[in-house]
Amino acid sequence: MSQARTTSPARRDPPVLVAALIGIAIAYLALVLVLPLATVFAEALRRGLEPFVEGVTHADSLAAIRLTLLVAAIAVPLNAIFGIAAAWAVTKFEFWGKSALVTLIDLPFSISPVISGLVYVLLYGAHGWFGPTLDALGIKVIFTVTGIVLATILVTLPFVARELIPLMQEQGSDEEAAAATLGAGAWRTFFFVTLPNIKWALMYGVLLCTARAMGEFGAVAVVSGHIRGKTATMPLHVEILYNEYNFVAAFAIASLLALFALITLAVKTFLEAQFADELAAQRTR
Amino acid sequence: MPGFWPALGFTLVYLSFFVLLPLAALALRPWEAGLDHVWGVISHPRTIAALKLSFGAAFAAACINAVFGTIVAWVLVRYDFPGRRLLDAFVDFPFALPTAVAGISLAAIYAPNGAIGALFAPLDISIAYTPLGVMVALVFVGFPFIVRSIQPVLEDIQVEVEEAAATLGATRLRTILTVIAPAILPALLAGFSLAFARAVGEYGSVIFIAGNLPNVSEIAPLLIVIRLEEFDYAGAAAVGLIMLTISLVLLLVLNILQTQIGRRGRA
Amino acid sequence: MSLDISNIAKSFGRFPALQDVSLFAEDGEFLALLGPSGSGKTTLLRVIAGLETADQGSVRFRDENLLAKPVRERGIGFVFQHYALFRHMSAAQNIAFGMRSKPRAVRASEAAIKAKVEELLALVQLEGLGGRYPSQLSGGQRQRVALARALAIEPKILLLDEPFGALDAKVRRELRRWLRDLHERTGLTTIFVTHDQEEALELADRVALLKDGALEQVGTPEELYHEPASAFVFDFLGDSVQLPCTVEGGIAIIAGAGVPIVGARPEGNGAAVAHLRPDGFSVASGEGAGLAARVRNVLLAGPDARLDCVLDSGEALEVRVDHAEAGKLSPKDRVTLTPKAVRVWS
Repeated sequence: MSQARTTSPARRDPPVLVAALIGIAIAYLALVLVLPLATVFAEALRRGLEPFVEGVTHADSLAAIRLTLLVAAIAVPLNAIFGIAAAWAVTKFEFWGKSALVTLIDLPFSISPVISGLVYVLLYGAHGWFGPTLDALGIKVIFTVTGIVLATILVTLPFVARELIPLMQEQGSDEEAAAATLGAGAWRTFFFVTLPNIKWALMYGVLLCTARAMGEFGAVAVVSGHIRGKTATMPLHVEILYNEYNFVAAFAIASLLALFALITLAVKTFLEAQFADELAAQRTR
Repeated sequence: MPGFWPALGFTLVYLSFFVLLPLAALALRPWEAGLDHVWGVISHPRTIAALKLSFGAAFAAACINAVFGTIVAWVLVRYDFPGRRLLDAFVDFPFALPTAVAGISLAAIYAPNGAIGALFAPLDISIAYTPLGVMVALVFVGFPFIVRSIQPVLEDIQVEVEEAAATLGATRLRTILTVIAPAILPALLAGFSLAFARAVGEYGSVIFIAGNLPNVSEIAPLLIVIRLEEFDYAGAAAVGLIMLTISLVLLLVLNILQTQIGRRGRA
Repeated sequence: MSLDISNIAKSFGRFPALQDVSLFAEDGEFLALLGPSGSGKTTLLRVIAGLETADQGSVRFRDENLLAKPVRERGIGFVFQHYALFRHMSAAQNIAFGMRSKPRAVRASEAAIKAKVEELLALVQLEGLGGRYPSQLSGGQRQRVALARALAIEPKILLLDEPFGALDAKVRRELRRWLRDLHERTGLTTIFVTHDQEEALELADRVALLKDGALEQVGTPEELYHEPASAFVFDFLGDSVQLPCTVEGGIAIIAGAGVPIVGARPEGNGAAVAHLRPDGFSVASGEGAGLAARVRNVLLAGPDARLDCVLDSGEALEVRVDHAEAGKLSPKDRVTLTPKAVRVWS
């Protein structure tokens, strides 16, 4: 342990204080972060490998894994396209109400996930504004995969946009303007000029969006109906198993999600280290 | 520059469908069953208890994280020790871990027979299935916000400023209190707001550890779910709307406070 | 003797920032530490202030060992290159910071502090601006707040790190004169760091020139300019022309012409390098003994006229002459350049 990265005596703290603060920080991180992570794996493997494998490979579990991947595969690309379109509109043009639009894009982050699910029930549920009409047409939204996708999209909507907007703001439109003077069309400009400039930030946004889409619980819980093997995503399946006191299986699925979280974290750290300048400066989500 | 109308058009349609229309439903539907019903739901002791718990526990958790998050940010920025970079990366873990996973794990740890619950059980203190458990979950969820808000600001403080304070005769403590603390205060408040806002609406990590006892350890988002299960859409929407309104007002206040404090320091 | 620095050495890793530096400053002296970047001048200033620890050597102030004291007990005023003002404090609060940092027992009353702040604001000509925050002040004003803040602790010595470095040329010249005035009024022993030789020569009572962490020469501006101890000092203090020569019996032979050597004579004979200023040539039209050259351009704007010449050896050379002489010449003329006198170091 040592004083970090400055030689200035003006920044030197007493060694006892340094040791104490490092100790407190490590202890707090261990208690708040490491212990829950370790517990997931410990509980999953509590009875050995066999029940763990059984829990993961049960037909309902596999259905939950498939559903989770499906939902992410629909929601993430849509939000990525939205993020690019929104960032393009916001950063390349001036128009009235722009800052209101940016605020609106960020809004889903300040809404409780449960409310994000609730609003779709209010619209498409049995007693929703459009529920009865859609029902008459034979379309069901709530308690189906459609509802889960809608709720997931709302919850993860800002992720890509908020990575791209600050970056594209900083990059300006000079390169696109140059491409236009050279006779490049809109799509050509986008694919050969803009996209290469934003690819790492885009990937970063997609990564965070995917992680959240696969792990979302509250919003999905409200619209899913918790039908085993049908409308239960992995996090919902964890809940179902847990409420059935099938703890090993619950923690087995949970450990898969935790593993995915660790991989996300590793990729995220890698992207941040490699492409620090290309990623937006300050991130809190 | 090409593509203004397609890009803006798509953005607006997408936002209208996924954000504006749903929020309109939230804003309008509570009133369908009449003002009395809304008032009845909101003023119901169970609702008030749930709101108190959600906001109170979120505030307490954000306070705890403000203290320890500041220490962690300070240690990560100022000191060098083996494993520092790993810890730094790990700070974001609560962002990455699905809330339901955190929820069952915390419930296992703080249950009376869990790793930490067992330490408190002999003292007759229960953490899981009490408001204390709610707070524990919210501490987990809010932790990264504080650290990640303060870190860049702390990194930006120039050595010279602290050196200047030292040449002027200030003790280290005085330098920290009068020079460093005011510099990071706006960022701390910003992080506090984010952690608080996230915690108020948190659901997945809380419901497993909370015990969900009405009037005691039942959080407001759970009350929404319960009202929905009773097909009381207006009631559910009313609770959702009041939650969102209080949150936004509090965030606005914190935001104003933050700009008030931050204004002087802006170069 | 007020400040006595002896045998200071300091290295960063394997890089020797200061090597055996010894220097003194008299009471009330205005001393400049001059040198190129990386010469160790700022490091020396920081060692004196206690912002850097020396590997060896001592710094004494009136027989009191300064190195034994932590920064905050040294009572040395330090003005940072980029001022390092506390951005969330007003100018007045910045200035009062040091006085309010004193232990309660020796701290002045709040009224006395306020009075002193007003006095200092007047001294640095910022009356009425005490309530402004650093972001509301210009570069020159911030610089003066930083100075007032350092003076407020009634320091034993005042240290200034590149005091004009961050300012534009005009403000720089104004502040320079003003700082000299201020020094005369306060009489405070002052050391300032600069890489600008003009600034050092104009402001300082004495100049210490550093190179690669070691002192190259210490003396009054006149001494340094007229009796440079080394080729480095000569070259650093002004524009310099270097010509290959042969030394024979105390005279430099350059392109067949014998040129007198001023200053210290090199020992022995043989090939050497002659140094002179661009105005140290006599210029004659046509061929003769000396450097044969062709005029490329005649520059008549400015206090000196300049001849842009190309030597027959292919090198370009700019020579300063008076306007009358330059008026007779035009581009493409052939000229012979003969140094009037040169300096040669062995």
